[in-house]
Amino acid sequence: MGTPGHDSDLLQPLLDGDRRALARSLTLVESRGPGFRNLLRGIAPRLGRAHRVGVTGAPGVGKSSLVAALVATARNNGMSIAVLAVDPTSPFTGGALLGDRVRMTDHVGDEGVFVRSMASRGALGGLSTATGDALDVLDAAGFDLILTETVGAGQVDVEVAHESETTLVLFAPGAGDAIQAMKSGLMEVADLWVVNKADDVRAEKVRADLVGSLSLHEPPDDLEERVVLTSAKDGSGVGDLLEKLCARRAELESSGARGDLARGRIRRRLTAAARDLVSERLLGSAADSLIDAVVTGERSVHDAAEDILRTDDGGRS
Amino acid sequence: MSRPIRVLVAKPGRDGHDRGAKVVAAALRDAGMEVIYTGLHQTPEMIVEAALQEDVDVIGLSVHSGAHLPLFRRVIELVNEKGLQNTVLVGGGIIPSDDVRALESEGIGKIFGPGTPTAELADWIRTAVTTRREDA
Ligand SMILES: Nc1nc2c(ncn2[C@@H]2O[C@H](COP(=O)(O)OP(=O)(O)OP(=O)(O)O)[C@@H](O)[C@H]2O)c(=O)[nH]1
Ligand SMILES: [Mg+2]
Repeated sequence: MGTPGHDSDLLQPLLDGDRRALARSLTLVESRGPGFRNLLRGIAPRLGRAHRVGVTGAPGVGKSSLVAALVATARNNGMSIAVLAVDPTSPFTGGALLGDRVRMTDHVGDEGVFVRSMASRGALGGLSTATGDALDVLDAAGFDLILTETVGAGQVDVEVAHESETTLVLFAPGAGDAIQAMKSGLMEVADLWVVNKADDVRAEKVRADLVGSLSLHEPPDDLEERVVLTSAKDGSGVGDLLEKLCARRAELESSGARGDLARGRIRRRLTAAARDLVSERLLGSAADSLIDAVVTGERSVHDAAEDILRTDDGGRS
Repeated sequence: MSRPIRVLVAKPGRDGHDRGAKVVAAALRDAGMEVIYTGLHQTPEMIVEAALQEDVDVIGLSVHSGAHLPLFRRVIELVNEKGLQNTVLVGGGIIPSDDVRALESEGIGKIFGPGTPTAELADWIRTAVTTRREDA
């Protein structure tokens, strides 16, 4: 079936839209397997097509359900759509239970939908590096829209928000209050605030409270428009939300802000990638002689750090 | 460091309880695996498509409906069709020993009866996946 035998053969089928090649490419970059740099180099000229949207919010607000509803609506509008659902890895066992797929399984046989679950620390080299690389792979595969779901708990979401062009923060009656989101730094990274479970009578009050708290902190002029009511259950507001996402994408494009966002992302990822390389070198034997030099007082730690950057890495590709 | 083992845990068929599947999913997570849980009422088509997208090492199927033979056979067929032969297939549930023998000869790696200690399941999976990865 033309399935690639080796990871080094993934590039062309990935670019041609082969789903198995896409799945294996995601594994390769996530695990930093042999050849992952080559793959990322190969897709580099093909990036920038997809609108990268982060979806976050407290447990149970309906992120996966709303993502599923957005997928259905986007498909009706002829857009192809990929979902990256990130769940936490247990710091004790290294295992993870990835359960977001439960709400997203009814698109079998539709080539325009692809869903991938990712554990937050299955990622070597840090979550933002791994999600950034995974988003690049999905982008190169040609999807119009990529939704990244993270469970709202602070740092992880902020990192993923930085990898996104647009960030939705979800609230719902009975869960995910604005105060909590303020504390975790999520409010600042939100572009659209979504009150889900609008079929619940208490949703209107959640919306009003949210607008109230946002108004206290230098709100955008179009605040009311940026707070969207949705129901993943009956579908109301989902079309409106998708329209707002598309409008924002167009606006980012025409204002030139999209390019600035991309540069900001690249700066962060460059920093992270360089840090990873330095860390790798510090594991090597070259570090021992530098440590010796600091121990004997020959060099300061800061001098030694600069030396590391000058160390030859032995011709690694 | 080797990458974690990825397992898809699915509950095909029409019967409505997934407590067993959830216990297995949690146990495999605790054994250090990344477990993708897909929920109830999965068709073989949904299961194998999910396994492809998630690039899992293992598909674990929990069946209690009595329809295990056609369900497992269809999964085997689809796995072969999609080029996922390298995936380890395991099953769980109350399955008569004749059927267990048949399925294990047709491509299911192993079928675990009810009450199997989850540690035994995790160990078996770890060994099977290690062997497959070395062969690949
Ligand atoms: N009434 C109502 N219930 C909803 C709506 N959206 C989701 N739910 C329910 O809320 C619960 C949680 O939904 P999920 O989509 O799993 O929420 P989540 O935010 O992805 O949850 P985690 O990933 O566990 O953080 C489920 O029982 C859904 O059926 C909605 O719009 N209205
Ligand atoms: Mg979810």
